Amino acid sequence: MIKKPFFGLGKSKLQYSGIKNIEGKDVKEIPPSTRITLMHKSPDGELGELVLSIGDEVRTGQKLNLREIGEEYLTSTATGTITDISHTTEYTGQTFTSVSIEAKPKDLWDDEFEKTGKDTAPENALTFLSCLPGISDLSSFIKTDNPLNTIIINGLDRDLLIATNQIIVKTEAEHLAEGIEYLKKITGVSRIILVVPPSLRMEAEKSGAEVKVIEPVYPDAIPGLLMKRILDNPVPPSKNFEDLGVAFISPEAVVALRTAFVEGKLPVTKVLTVIDKDNRLTCIKARIGTPVRDILSTLNIDVSHGDRLVFGGPMSGQGIYSEDMPILHDTDAIMVQDKSQVNPSGNDPCINCGECVRVCPAKIPVNMLIRLLENGLYEEAAQEYDLLSCVECGLCSYVCEMRIPISHYIMLGKHELPLTEGLEESND
Amino acid sequence: MTNQKLFVSSHAPYWHNKSSLSMKSYNIMLAALPAVIMGIYQYGPPALGVVALSVSTAMIWELIMNYVTKRPASIGDGNAAVIGLLLAMLLPASTPWWTVLIGTFLAIVVGKQIFGGIGCNPLNPALVSIAIILLSWKGLLDFDEALVNYDLGFYMVYPLAALKYLGTSVVSNYSVGDLLMGQYAGAIGSTFGLGLIIGGIYLILRGMIRWEISISFLAGVFVTAFFFNIADSEKYAGPLFHLLTGYTLIGAFFLATEDSSSPVNFIPMLIYGACAGFLTVLIRNIGAFVDGTVFAILMMNIANPLLDKIRPKALGKGIKHA
Ligand code: SF4
Ligand code: SF4
Repeated sequence: MIKKPFFGLGKSKLQYSGIKNIEGKDVKEIPPSTRITLMHKSPDGELGELVLSIGDEVRTGQKLNLREIGEEYLTSTATGTITDISHTTEYTGQTFTSVSIEAKPKDLWDDEFEKTGKDTAPENALTFLSCLPGISDLSSFIKTDNPLNTIIINGLDRDLLIATNQIIVKTEAEHLAEGIEYLKKITGVSRIILVVPPSLRMEAEKSGAEVKVIEPVYPDAIPGLLMKRILDNPVPPSKNFEDLGVAFISPEAVVALRTAFVEGKLPVTKVLTVIDKDNRLTCIKARIGTPVRDILSTLNIDVSHGDRLVFGGPMSGQGIYSEDMPILHDTDAIMVQDKSQVNPSGNDPCINCGECVRVCPAKIPVNMLIRLLENGLYEEAAQEYDLLSCVECGLCSYVCEMRIPISHYIMLGKHELPLTEGLEESND
Repeated sequence: MTNQKLFVSSHAPYWHNKSSLSMKSYNIMLAALPAVIMGIYQYGPPALGVVALSVSTAMIWELIMNYVTKRPASIGDGNAAVIGLLLAMLLPASTPWWTVLIGTFLAIVVGKQIFGGIGCNPLNPALVSIAIILLSWKGLLDFDEALVNYDLGFYMVYPLAALKYLGTSVVSNYSVGDLLMGQYAGAIGSTFGLGLIIGGIYLILRGMIRWEISISFLAGVFVTAFFFNIADSEKYAGPLFHLLTGYTLIGAFFLATEDSSSPVNFIPMLIYGACAGFLTVLIRNIGAFVDGTVFAILMMNIANPLLDKIRPKALGKGIKHA
C-alpha cells in the first residue's frame, strides 16, 4: 500500500509497475487443472434455452454454442465432460453462465477452426475469436454501422502492479507484429497505435504499428484518458469509443490472433500477473477456466478467512468471493490482499477537503458528485456534476480522508442512471 | 462445503493512502501549538484555563449533540477539539468561564451540529461563535479593556485598536520583530506571528490545508493595505502592519482554510482568499470594527458555494463532435 507522502502537498504520483518488478525472469506455467470452468457474460435480458447439457463431451479449442438462437458461445479450453452448468449474478448486476468441465489429462484438439475458420473475413472472426485470451469485447471491433478508423493496442496495463500487457510486448514483439497484420486484415483499419512506457520503446518499434510512448504514471493509460492524451479526442459523456471510431485491444489478444491463424488452433491459455500479499509480482500462464485455488497453490500463496481476492489490480480490480472462481479470458491479474491490509470504508459524510477534486484526472467535482450520489440523485449527478465523465480510476476513493467508497457510489450511479431514465420515459 | 473460506469483498479501490480526519485534526493542533504555548507563557494560568476549558467543553458539546442526534460519537476525529482550540486562540486570556462555555456551545452546536455536523457547516464554526460574542458582548473582545490588568513589560495596547483610534502614528510603537514575537496585547493564540507562520507552512507542506487560500488571503490583505497606504499614509497603516496584527495570520492559516466552508477548485480558492483579505482590510480601515478578519471570512464562507461553481470542464464535456 502506498501511503500519502509525509509532505503531501502536490499530487500523489503512482507509477505503473514495470516488468523489472516481476519475480524471476520467466512466465511460469501453471499445470492444467482437472476441473475447468468457463464463464460467459450474458447480455441483459431473457436467457434463452441452453443447448449444452451435462454429460456432453467437449474438445480443446471447440466452439460451444450456448443457445439455439443468438450467437453466444464459449471456447472450450480443455478436453473432457461437462459436469455442471449454472447461472450466477454479480453484485454489479451482471449475470454469468458457467460451464464446468471435468478435464482429461490429454488434450484432443478440435479441428473446426483449422478447417473452416482461417478465413479473415470479419463475420468469420466474430464466430470464432470472441473468447481469445486478452479480448474483452470483440464485437466493438467489427461493427459495420460505425466503421473504425483507429485501433489502440494498450501496452501499459489497466492498473498498478500489473505487468501482463508489458510482458507480452517485451517477450513477443515479433508475434505482435504478425498479429497486427491479421488485425488489419480482419478489421480493415490501417491506423494501429501501440502505447508503451519508455522502457519498451525498442520492442514496440519492431511491431510496425505507430508507437506512442507515455510515462507510466497512473492512471494515464486508462482508455478514456488515452483518448485525450494521444488522440486529443476525449470522449463526450454520452458517447463511447466506438462512436468515435476507436477501439482498444490488448497486446495479448493481438498475439492470440496470430497464433490462431498461423497454428490453426484457438489459443486457450492466458498470461496473468499474480500479486501476492507482499505485493510481489509473478507472471504466470494458465488455462482459461483454471480455478484461482489451483493457481495460488502452485505458487504457494496461502489465503485464509478474511483475506481479499481480487481480479485485477488495487485501484480498479473486482473482488471475487471464492477460490473456486476460474480465471476468465480477460483476467489480467489476481491480487491477494492480507486481512490486515483490508481498509474498511467510513460511514461519515464528506468534509469537503477537496483531495478527490485535486486528484481526479477527469476534472470531476467529486465533492459535489458524492453528495448527490449518496442521495440517489443520479440524473442530476450526470447532468450537473459529470458522473459520466468518470474513467473509473479509483483515485478519489484512494485519497478520500473520510474513506467514502466513492467509486462504489459512482459505479452504482452509472448502473442506475439508465434505469431511472427508462422509468421516466415509460411514465411519459 | 465445510472448509469454505470467506473472503472480504467490496468495490475497488483496495488501497487507501491512509490519510484520515483524525490525522489532520492532530496535525492542525500540533501546528497551532507554538502560538498557543506562547500565549500561555505570556498570560499564564488564565490563558491555560481558557484553552483547556474551551477544548474540553467543545468536545463535551459534540458528545452531547452526538447523543441528541443519535449518531455515533465523533469526538475521536479531533474536529471538535480543533474548533475548541481555535476558539480559545481567538479569545483574550481574561475571558470569563461562562463566555468560553457559551462560545463553544455557539461553535459546536450552532456553528456545526445544527447544519448536520461535520462537512455540512456552511460557515467556520469558530468564527460563527466569535462573531456572535463580538456582537453580543462587545467589551469582552476589546483587548485593551480585557487585558487592562496585565503588564507584561511590552506595549500593552492592541495594535489595531490603537490604529483605529489614534491613527498611523502608533505604528512606529511596534517593530516588526515585536509583532512577529507577539510582544503586544492580543488574543491568546493570535499574536505570536512567527509561530503561526511556522505552523501554517507546516500544514501547507504536509498538504493539510490548501495553500492557495492562505497565500491569496495574505496577498489580498497586503495589496489592499498597500493601496490604502499609498492613498493616505497619514490615515492608513502599511501592508506589513496589517499582515502581522489582529487575526490576519491565524485567519490565513487556520480559519479561512476550514474545509467545509471554503472552496476546493483552484480559481475559486484564489478569489475566496483574495476577497477575504480585501474585505479584512476594508473593514479595518473604513468599517465599524477594529478587526475585519472575522466578518470578512464569514462573508466569503457565504459566497463559497457560488464561487465553487467556477470549475474546469470535465473530461469530454463541451466538445463538439461532428
Ligand atoms: S474514479 Fe474518481 S478520481 Fe477517477 S475519474 Fe472517476 S471520479 Fe475522477
Ligand atoms: S476526498 Fe472525500 S472527504 Fe474529501 S472532499 Fe472528496 S469526498 Fe469529501
